[in-house]
Amino acid sequence: MSRASARERMGALLLIVPLLAFLAVFFLWPLWTMVRASVVDNTVSRVLPRTAAAIVSWDGQGLPPAQVHKALIEDLRQAEDQQALGETVRRLNSAVSGFRTLLTRTTNAVRDETNSGAIDLGDLDRRWKEPRFWLALREAVPPYTDRNLLAAVDMKRDAGGAIVSEDPGASANRLIMFRTFLVAAIVTLACATIGLPYAMLAAAVTGWKRTVLLLAVLVPLWTSLLVRTTAWFVLLQNEGLINGALQVLGITDGPLPLIFNRVGVVIAMTHVLLPFMVLPIYSVLLSVPRNLMQAAASMGAGPLRAFWRVLLPLSLPGLMSGSLLVYMVAIGYYITPALVGGANDQMISSVIAFYALGTANWGLAGALGVILLLVTMILYFIYGRLSKSPQLLGA
Amino acid sequence: MQPFIQFESVSKSFGSMTVIDSLDLTIHKGEFLSLLGPSGSGKTTILMMLAGFERPTRGTITLDGMRIDQLPPHRREMGVVFQNYALFPHMTVAENVAFPLEMKRLPRHEIARKVARALDMVRLGSLKNRRPSQLSGGQQQRVALTRALVFEPRVILMDEPLGALDKQLREHMQLEIRELHKRLGLTIVFVTHDQSEALTMSDRIAVFNAGKIEQIDSPHAIYDTPRTRFVAQFIGETNLIEADVVNVQNGHATIALGADLAAKVRSGPELQAGQKALFSLRPERMRLGAEPAGDNSLGMTITDCIYHGDHMRVQLARGNFTFTARCERLAGDWTVGTQVVVSFDPRDCTVLTS
Repeated sequence: MSRASARERMGALLLIVPLLAFLAVFFLWPLWTMVRASVVDNTVSRVLPRTAAAIVSWDGQGLPPAQVHKALIEDLRQAEDQQALGETVRRLNSAVSGFRTLLTRTTNAVRDETNSGAIDLGDLDRRWKEPRFWLALREAVPPYTDRNLLAAVDMKRDAGGAIVSEDPGASANRLIMFRTFLVAAIVTLACATIGLPYAMLAAAVTGWKRTVLLLAVLVPLWTSLLVRTTAWFVLLQNEGLINGALQVLGITDGPLPLIFNRVGVVIAMTHVLLPFMVLPIYSVLLSVPRNLMQAAASMGAGPLRAFWRVLLPLSLPGLMSGSLLVYMVAIGYYITPALVGGANDQMISSVIAFYALGTANWGLAGALGVILLLVTMILYFIYGRLSKSPQLLGA
Repeated sequence: MQPFIQFESVSKSFGSMTVIDSLDLTIHKGEFLSLLGPSGSGKTTILMMLAGFERPTRGTITLDGMRIDQLPPHRREMGVVFQNYALFPHMTVAENVAFPLEMKRLPRHEIARKVARALDMVRLGSLKNRRPSQLSGGQQQRVALTRALVFEPRVILMDEPLGALDKQLREHMQLEIRELHKRLGLTIVFVTHDQSEALTMSDRIAVFNAGKIEQIDSPHAIYDTPRTRFVAQFIGETNLIEADVVNVQNGHATIALGADLAAKVRSGPELQAGQKALFSLRPERMRLGAEPAGDNSLGMTITDCIYHGDHMRVQLARGNFTFTARCERLAGDWTVGTQVVVSFDPRDCTVLTS
């Protein structure tokens, strides 16, 4: 490579530095933090670093060797950060109850100036002679954990370390995840049902008619979320336009429940996500020569058969990428289910928000986020493969 | 030959624009008819109405005595070859060719047999599992042709099918289509704006201009005895000169081309002395020599010579009167400024009176 082209390349690279910096600070770094939060567990090892280092050499049989005892005493003497210590106590107590009193007592004892000589923990408190406390400690010190990831799918490790399901009723993450995928699937199906004929129509007409059709589908994207949602309140509520019209026409006797339930969520989400379905199909159809349908007709294919054999297969790549796009966006939806859905329509994003903002359980929020990210990435990979498949359109 | 397809006072308007104005056209069974004209002359509209993609605003179209102008395209049994081929990109070559047979609901084994035979006929058997995008332009063209022929339609319609091919391939395909037409006895309606294509391939040519047929005749008649100024100018190259008919006798007329120039031409019954007329003479029908020869000999001066490889184009002048002649070679010592004698046969001249 000549020096000039190398310099050119450097120049090009410099131009995208702001973008890269932006992505790194506002996308990659938070993402990394979230992924880390889901697997990092340094509450204990931060406060008890020497114990953490020493206890790994213990095989878990009987009681740990003396240097572990010594390290723990040293750690408790040195622990300055009362808040961190408190978190450690809480974390250990949740594993084995009784740890709170044990640690408080031990801490007080080792910090007592009068006990400056050698201290035997077993003499200080009988519980230090029980292996389960030491085992819990050993369990808690590794800096990485799969606890959150397991909890995200309603699983945990039992006392022996085997992965088991959480007790039924203890957590609803699996249910909510299933619900998320189901709602997204229903929305995708609804978008495909409306979007395919719509895109075909938009591709078939020309001039101002096409502009109007495309605008109609794009306007929801450009409208403020709150305005859109308020509009749905007006339309869908019991005294709303739709229910009013249905009753005036005598189709229903009483109001249909259309809002604060699954129906409302699906309607509102379909409305917003329709462009993601229409536009890919539309762009695929634009590349289909108009006279293919004429050719099919000249060879004896009636309109229905020509559609089935020619137009539909040709719009499939657009339909596939549109569906994946809608599905990917739908599984991450948060505000719309929160506003027009009921208690049983909250999707996984709401749960993530609950853990992150409500209970400050960043580990679990991160773990749920990681699962959502994984699903999206797999779908994105499929989308990437489909959208550049040369076989389907023969481009 | 019996009339096979008949257009009777067919008009077609798009909005306020009339594209075809009260057109009558008869197409015979088994003939190769070219619709030739500049773009916008209405020739493609005729084809679209025949295929059923457009409906006439007024008038009737019959095929074999049956009215077809209100029939939807899929019930007309016409094979159409489009300029862009319109092959189905999601199907293989064999699937494309099988499509019209499947629409006819033929048994599977019969479809397979017909597809194989048709593809072998155009030497595409080895490519049957390729997709259209994997074929060259010429191969795609042959697939489109095969697909239009395979279901034995009553008429084959071709809309500038060779327009996208390069010159050599186009000439090769012209021969191939001509050969298929002769061998299978097909009725072909062929739209083109390329006059040489129309001249080499057709049994008859209909020359279109502004929604009307200017002349419909054999290629020979179209070229040698154009009946209108448009046809004379559109087909081939010609020298057109405003002239006066001086006298008419014994099947010959004398035409005054200028103040001191006259030509003797063959005359039909329509010429009368004193008439204004348009004199047309093809460049290749002139002979350049040193001595006068035959009935018409004009002394002129060479003003320019253009070399074209297989022929020379010579500009000639006499006063403000000019001719373009085409000759295979010039005598070596003829250069710009040389005086020559231009001679031509009265039978090669055309006089238009309209």
